[in-house]
Amino acid sequence: MSKHTPGFHPTPVYLNLLKVAGLVLFLIGLGLFTFSNFQDQFRITPEIAEQLSAHIPDAEIRQRLSPVVNQTFDNKFILIDNINRLLNPDHSIQDYQMGEYRFWILKTALSGSIREQALNWFFFSVVLAVAGALLYILTGLHRKPGIKHDGIFFDSAMMRGITGILLGGYLIGFYIVLYWFPQYLVQSIALVDPVSEWLRNRPADRWFMYGFLYTLAVSVMGIRMFIKYRHSNYHLVRTASVIFFQLAFAFLIPSLLERLNKPSMDFKNAWPLNYTFFTDWNLNSLIAGGNLGWFMLFWGIVLSLILVPVFTYFYGKRWYCSWVCGCGGLAETLGDPFRQLSDKSLNAWRVERGLIYSVLVFAVVMTVMQVVNYLSEGAIFGDYTWRVNQAYSFWIGSAFAGVIGTGFYPLMGNRVWCRFGCPLAAYMGIVQKFKSRFVITTNGSQCISCGNCSTYCEMGIDVRWYAQRGQNIIRASCVGCGVCAAVCPRGVLKLELTNPGERYNLVPDDEINALMEKN
Amino acid sequence: MTDLVIVGNGIAGVTVARHVRKRSNRHITIISAETDHHFSRTALMYIFMGHMAYQNTKPYEDHFWKKNRIDLVRGYVTHLDTTAKILTLANGDKIPYGQLVLATGSKSNKFGWPGQDLPGVQGLYSYQDVELLEKNARGASRAVIVGGGLIGIELAEMLLSRQIAVTFLVREKTYWSNILPEEDSRLVSRHILEHGVDLRLSSELSEILAGPTGRVRAVRTASGEEIPCQIVGLTPGVHPNIDLAKAGGVPTGRGILVNDYLETQIPDVFSCGDCAEIEVPGDARNRVEQLWYTGRMQGYALAKTLCGDRTAYQRGIWFNSAKFMDIEYQTYGFVANKPRSGEEHFYWEHPGGKIAARLVFDQADRAVTGMNFFGMRMKHPVCEGWIKGRRPVESVLSDLNAANFDPEFFRSYQRDIIAAFNQQYQASVPEPKRRFLQRFFA
Ligand SMILES: Cc1cc2nc3c(=O)[nH]c(=O)nc-3n(C[C@H](O)[C@H](O)[C@H](O)COP(=O)(O)OP(=O)(O)OC[C@H]3O[C@@H](n4cnc5c(N)ncnc54)[C@H](O)[C@@H]3O)c2cc1C
Ligand code: SF4
Ligand code: SF4
Repeated sequence: MSKHTPGFHPTPVYLNLLKVAGLVLFLIGLGLFTFSNFQDQFRITPEIAEQLSAHIPDAEIRQRLSPVVNQTFDNKFILIDNINRLLNPDHSIQDYQMGEYRFWILKTALSGSIREQALNWFFFSVVLAVAGALLYILTGLHRKPGIKHDGIFFDSAMMRGITGILLGGYLIGFYIVLYWFPQYLVQSIALVDPVSEWLRNRPADRWFMYGFLYTLAVSVMGIRMFIKYRHSNYHLVRTASVIFFQLAFAFLIPSLLERLNKPSMDFKNAWPLNYTFFTDWNLNSLIAGGNLGWFMLFWGIVLSLILVPVFTYFYGKRWYCSWVCGCGGLAETLGDPFRQLSDKSLNAWRVERGLIYSVLVFAVVMTVMQVVNYLSEGAIFGDYTWRVNQAYSFWIGSAFAGVIGTGFYPLMGNRVWCRFGCPLAAYMGIVQKFKSRFVITTNGSQCISCGNCSTYCEMGIDVRWYAQRGQNIIRASCVGCGVCAAVCPRGVLKLELTNPGERYNLVPDDEINALMEKN
Repeated sequence: MTDLVIVGNGIAGVTVARHVRKRSNRHITIISAETDHHFSRTALMYIFMGHMAYQNTKPYEDHFWKKNRIDLVRGYVTHLDTTAKILTLANGDKIPYGQLVLATGSKSNKFGWPGQDLPGVQGLYSYQDVELLEKNARGASRAVIVGGGLIGIELAEMLLSRQIAVTFLVREKTYWSNILPEEDSRLVSRHILEHGVDLRLSSELSEILAGPTGRVRAVRTASGEEIPCQIVGLTPGVHPNIDLAKAGGVPTGRGILVNDYLETQIPDVFSCGDCAEIEVPGDARNRVEQLWYTGRMQGYALAKTLCGDRTAYQRGIWFNSAKFMDIEYQTYGFVANKPRSGEEHFYWEHPGGKIAARLVFDQADRAVTGMNFFGMRMKHPVCEGWIKGRRPVESVLSDLNAANFDPEFFRSYQRDIIAAFNQQYQASVPEPKRRFLQRFFA
């Protein structure tokens, strides 16, 4: 009587231990990164007051801080109270400006262990978290190549269980603080000062810290994608592409431009996703930026108005959404574990169309106002442009794209922003729907209606609805991630390029059977 | 028009209902016992493995039925009176019909093995089977699967996903060798072994043994070996579910007997899907087709007939597909497990041992009559067109990429296949040039 089943190889214990170890390291890193913000020790020395001139040019305003110079604060809130009281007694400084002052005072005045042990902090938070995540991810190599979705629907983190909700809560909290209360993140931001100094020759601000973490997330989770999809060249290539564009275009090039004191630009960030491109301050700064500025202006316009539609015609919007875009890059890497959470119902599709085209209209109207405003030097819309801008930036740029867009990964899937909000996606979607070579074709009548494709479509497209009828899939929202084709157990779906006129193959009455009969 | 009542909400019954609705306004009712709504039986494995929830396996959202005015009744039909045209449900409800479609599907085979009804022993066909497996799997560490078809290998994969060791008893010399030619079957067998399944070829179950609690404790094979286990999966195929037809006196054989129009011998009673047995005149064996695809095609033909456009069910060029763990499989036309007389089999296998192609062709006119593909996706309409058009094998080979359905950036094996063919048959089918990008991924 055999006691063990010959050949059987369950997941080895050491592998689970490695996974747990990776998770623990990651959580320690993340914990310290978060906890650093409670390491309060601030001291505004006279030198620091002097340094602040870079951020508070007005010496008179800087002077107002003198009552707290040489005092040590070990509580952020008290210092913030003092700053508010001293700096802005008569509320003459605008909120936005005050926010900047407050942030830079805190950031510059930060002292204590975060400053003295800067490298240690960096190592035990960021490096440790990355190492832990990599350890966890590398255990994926143990699984055989191929689609391995075992247990996803039992997993609390990936199925909106308590872990998922906590994760979502953490992300949402992070975004809210980052966007509106950055003064409470100064230590986390200070943690990446060494990187910022090295790259840009200046201290980190919140956007640098965010960009740094973002790039790390895309790269580390990109490695997870390499392992998960090592059987599929399509996914290997597009993952390499998003990592490259995030690292080079969104992170390194803008940093180097800043280092050289040139106007900075993310060359792949196309209008209207990039909603500040046509603002008067951006246009002014580009025009003031000499040849490079003029080139950027030219490039931005060509990219948005010519390259975007032309490339979308040739390759579908996937060329941007799953190969180039930063939001898409994060969604396809960090967000990949959550793709099954997207809502596939007809109702969700209705909401999607209502929302995304409203945002597009909003963005277009705002841009028209910006341009008119710029050309007329404020004569026509005056202050309204600025207000509309503010509203867009708050509600769409920050709340929707950031807080909901990424914070809701563990709650509503990884493409909430791309699906419901992104005006560039809406714009390319119109091109894709009406004039493009891109289509997902279905393979005769091989579909067994299993539902894998719909379940794992991050855009909430009910792919099966089409596949089981033998109908090609041409949807404005499809970002061409190729996952539906990858997960299909019967090889029914293929992302293809064809003659735009031949994309629609709907056989009105008899669906698939008629399709086969025709042959 | 009279009321149409369909028993069974599987793919066959539901396809009838949908297409009748497209063509007419008549009242349609579907009665079914298993679930409230139609779901994809083929996706049962994914529920257990946690790839999807039951909800995700429903091909239509719940509001679809109401919107299309298809009434759904959950219940088990116990009696059928074909003279009074009335159905009786287990709860006593009576439902009259004008026309009746029996689409009652299949049941798992059990071959009268001692112990086959013990707790812990089960088949895999219904949603309830998956629920039962969920219970049986709790605390289990070893399972024995009996019967080496497509459902058996799915069950093996399911259990492995829960870290339950699987011994797979297969009567044949290699896996599924009553269907697959030798090399194909070996390729799959190897893959099964690689996944850590204890594949026992040429072995048969003789008895299932109970432990002290009355649950299954072990199985004994025909060779006398005892294999301890907490689960026994019986997957030696399925047979048509003809209980209701029998109760109503509808003539049955292996399945519910129907003609090419899917009409039974009783007026206004029809049958399609797994449960139907299509009578073939002459000596040939009657057809019982137990596939998702055939259920759908039969349902479609029957819907036309029910709407006054009497249509024979024509199967067309045969096709099927499956996935063995990580290896996708497609078949077109007829591929016997051994070359039949006048037939030639050309087989190519990638050195990695996971990708293969088989072309069956006629020795006389070289026409391709059947194809098997492993680990590569091919276009159904193109393959079908080749077989229908009796395209010679050489011409198929030189056009092979036209049928390729693999994702972008995947390597094409056309050149390798042609080279192997040329060598084996001293032929000179020209090898296509590699396109620029293909060179990168070669
Ligand atoms: C695990 C598994 C995997 C499979 N994979 C594939 C595949 O990959 N490809 C493929 O082609 N095929 C596959 N099949 C086969 C395919 O699923 C079946 O051929 C198909 O589902 C049969 O459909 P049907 O409509 O004829 O019957 P069913 O789907 O069986 O539907 C019949 C329904 O009628 C109900 N019913 C029966 N009697 C009564 C009654 N008296 N009163 C009320 N209700 C009743 C039953 O409860 C059942 O719900 C698979 C089958 C299984 C079990
Ligand atoms: S339809 Fe397919 S390719 Fe398009 S977004 Fe959905 S999963 Fe990705
Ligand atoms: S297209 Fe593929 S994944 Fe989608 S339902 Fe059909 S068989 Fe399943």
